[in-house]
Amino acid sequence: MGEMQHLTARRMVDLEIDGEPVRVLEGSTILDACRGLGIDTPTLCYGETLRPANVCRVCVVELEGARVLAPACSRKVEPGMKVRTDSERVRHSRKLVLELLSSSVDLSTTPAAAGYLERYGAEPERHGPPAPADPGRDRRRAGHHEEPDGQTAATAASPIKIDNELYVRDYSKCILCYKCVDVCGEQHQNTFAIAVAGRGFDARISTEYVAPLPESACVYCGNCIAVCPTGALMFTSEHELRAEGVWDEARQERTDTICPYCGVGCNLTLHVQDNRIVKVTSPDDHDITRGNLCVKGRFGVQHVNARGR
Amino acid sequence: MDLRLLEVSPTGAERAAVDGLLGPPASGWDGGERRTGATGNVARGGHRARARRDQLLPVLLAVQERVGWISPGALNYACQRLTVPPADAYGVASFYALLSLEPRPSRVVHVCDDLACRCSGSGALIAELEDRLGPEGAVAEDGGTASAWFRSPCLGQCDRAPAALLTIAGDEPEEHVLAPARGALPGLEGAAVDPVARVPQQGEPGLRLLRRVGRVDPRSLDDYRAHGGYAALRRACELGPEGVIRELVESKLLGRGGAAFPTGRKWDAVARQPARPHYLVCNADESEPGTFKDRVIMEGDPFALVEAMTIAAYATGCAHGYIYLRGEYPQARGLLEHAIAEARRRGYLGEDIVGHGFAFDLEIRRGAGAYICGEETAIFNSIEGFRGEPRNKPPFPVDEGLFGKPTVVNNVETLVNVLDIVLEGGSAYAQIGTDASTGTKLFCVSGHVERPGVYEVPFGSTLGEMLSLAGGVRGGRSLQAVLLGGAAGGFVRPDELDLPLSFEGARAASVTLGSGVVLAFDDTVDLPRMLMRIAAFFRDESCGQCVPCRVGTVRQEEALARLLGGRGRGDELALIAEVGRCMRDASICGLGQTASGAIESAIGRLGVFAGKG
Ligand SMILES: Cc1cc2nc3c(=O)[nH]c(=O)nc-3n(C[C@H](O)[C@H](O)[C@H](O)COP(=O)(O)O)c2cc1C
Ligand code: SF4
Ligand code: SF4
Ligand code: SF4
Ligand code: FES
Ligand code: FES
Repeated sequence: MGEMQHLTARRMVDLEIDGEPVRVLEGSTILDACRGLGIDTPTLCYGETLRPANVCRVCVVELEGARVLAPACSRKVEPGMKVRTDSERVRHSRKLVLELLSSSVDLSTTPAAAGYLERYGAEPERHGPPAPADPGRDRRRAGHHEEPDGQTAATAASPIKIDNELYVRDYSKCILCYKCVDVCGEQHQNTFAIAVAGRGFDARISTEYVAPLPESACVYCGNCIAVCPTGALMFTSEHELRAEGVWDEARQERTDTICPYCGVGCNLTLHVQDNRIVKVTSPDDHDITRGNLCVKGRFGVQHVNARGR
Repeated sequence: MDLRLLEVSPTGAERAAVDGLLGPPASGWDGGERRTGATGNVARGGHRARARRDQLLPVLLAVQERVGWISPGALNYACQRLTVPPADAYGVASFYALLSLEPRPSRVVHVCDDLACRCSGSGALIAELEDRLGPEGAVAEDGGTASAWFRSPCLGQCDRAPAALLTIAGDEPEEHVLAPARGALPGLEGAAVDPVARVPQQGEPGLRLLRRVGRVDPRSLDDYRAHGGYAALRRACELGPEGVIRELVESKLLGRGGAAFPTGRKWDAVARQPARPHYLVCNADESEPGTFKDRVIMEGDPFALVEAMTIAAYATGCAHGYIYLRGEYPQARGLLEHAIAEARRRGYLGEDIVGHGFAFDLEIRRGAGAYICGEETAIFNSIEGFRGEPRNKPPFPVDEGLFGKPTVVNNVETLVNVLDIVLEGGSAYAQIGTDASTGTKLFCVSGHVERPGVYEVPFGSTLGEMLSLAGGVRGGRSLQAVLLGGAAGGFVRPDELDLPLSFEGARAASVTLGSGVVLAFDDTVDLPRMLMRIAAFFRDESCGQCVPCRVGTVRQEEALARLLGGRGRGDELALIAEVGRCMRDASICGLGQTASGAIESAIGRLGVFAGKG
């Protein structure tokens, strides 16, 4: 028993963050270590229940002796590491990442965005007025694009996709964090209804041949909506209330309950506004579901009240 | 995994293309019959089918070649055979420029409009095509065949500019490199390229890597042996695996693919890994604009690469190797396929290699039009059948590479150096070149020079000497600038020709040798337009994963466009510098990290746009 413990016990690693010594478990990330110290690190593509995609790069930190910055969300701590989280170099890259994102994507429903932009003094406007939505964006060919004149800033804007009753997809708001693809695929749902398609700036989330969701493999578990950090994927109920200008989180009550549909007993959180269930989530920290549900739990209760409308 | 397939069937040709590669389907779920019904088309793929995921790109290429595009029916059938979800496969197919997900005519001309070809008439060639076939991408009847043309980034034929690649889809697909393509168009099919690789220094004493190019018959193993071939493998087997690595470490050989990493250290690290199997990957993706040296070796001396890979596999304990060859090199592919088959037939590859008791075999994997797949971890994803997106490092390839196993990745030129190192010993090799950059280096000289081509010189020769070897500036004009190291490199001025071409010399001058590109521009060149081409290249070739590069390359191109159009806002130069710094610092891989280098060097070093922004 004692020996077993010895074999499996993880060692502690000593490092330094912003001049402060820290001791964390081996295998922790720099982000974990920063959190332990109360350092607030911006993150966008990081998801508590997913393997880090480390693609947004807003969490980058400076490592002494390294040629380039490192993503805090995925880089593991090493003994003797000297990390800077607020150097001029770090601030510059975080600022530019936020500017580049904000100038190309509609961040109006990304809760974290406004605070980050302000904190880093990002000036997305200096890249030019945003270019309008392009209905052809989903069909762009890899390796080709039209030469720009630079008078507008290219954007990810494309027409909103409303092709089913349960949720809408507004990829003008998509920061390409890969979370929906990862959760739909091998990391949770095993459905693989969506993937990243295209390349470079024209990369986008897509079904095969841009098929509408009802023709795709989607089973409407809504787990992609739950992980989407930007509101690009949104319950129809929320989308409609927002369009009417009456979406108001402050007025919403949250009630925890157990899903009535099967024996698994998933935890549900019902978000209720004006006696209507407007959204259903599941707590990330639940052992079994880890934020995931199936179509019945996610949409079933809502559907009942939608029909009653 | 339950696989939900589409309700579409492949055509006979599409099915034949897929089955031609995978063999006939064995059972219902992998393509014989499909169960349909209330649940849609559900196929349950076993482990075996999923383990063939790495056949996805070869299958897509086979369909593209045969049919000219990848229809939903064809994609669906490929998915069924390989147990890959259609959305996933669509994501992969849409990553590659040579694969089309919309109908395309059977005959397609890919015309290079990149840097070197712009110095040699690609503009006129494109005008001619527009005249004949209409605008880019439009379908036209041409001599009874539906045809279209597309612009292409550098095709790796810069010494024979302007270049084009002609593909004709069909049951017997054709691929022809047209270089130079000037005047070749009226007959389109007719004008293939000279089948014999030639180098300007052919037959000169002192050549090492190019010794056999143009002199040996690239299709004959016997002729290769008559020119000293396979002596190095014999010697390697005398030295033993550790002995080979010892010589390599002593030779101080640095990688020639761009990153200049010590090859001996890489091999040693993989050789020591207890995890099995180990894999060997030869990086022959060669897509850096201005680079064509690896092609010349593969076309002129293909057995040398096969022998060098066999030695690498012997030293590092790899039983299987891959040559990841860029999709636009049909001639190199044909010659390498032949060389591999010959070597196998004669016992130089396979179970018990020439009686030395070790086993090694290798296969070619073709790229499909993606510069990023030359990045050393993107290449793994591409071979494994995923989108060619670079992986975050660490872990490094020597620890977790192809299929998650310890992997040696080396450039073609790096590998071919191993032959002489083994034959003459590491310390003798280290006498050549400079202290820190040992051996000889291949330079790809193109643009406005009299004799473009691949030149081999010992490290430490100057840039001026290099240009003189190539006959100086074409037509006796004056030199405006040299692009050193490719689009991922940087510009130097005509008063810097005494720059020593060595890794340390380049570093001291804040430039890079990159993949050995020396692209000369004379005084007639509109450099800002060339910068636009470079910016467009990176914008097109970014994989799109990370924000700094995905959006940064776009903002960089837009700022340049404003400067070019004379409609700037006054802050363009600052913007280019700030975006560049973020791309350099915060991008995942070398593409984003170097994407602003050439542009910033043109601004800082050449003073292009001086007084603007
Ligand atoms: C965007 C990008 C493209 C690259 N393309 C190639 C290539 O086509 N061929 C190559 O040998 N190395 C290429 N490299 C370098 C490889 O990542 C890697 O360093 C090299 O293959 C290692 O081999 P070496 O040590 O023999 O040079 C590329 C790197 C980047 C970042
Ligand atoms: S709802 Fe579920 S199945 Fe549909 S795309 Fe989202 S994660 Fe995939
Ligand atoms: S749709 Fe949402 S979850 Fe998916 S990639 Fe875009 S932002 Fe991320
Ligand atoms: S730097 Fe560019 S090419 Fe490299 S991973 Fe990021 S987006 Fe992809
Ligand atoms: S949160 Fe770390 S890279 Fe996105
Ligand atoms: S082949 Fe055209 S630039 Fe290289």
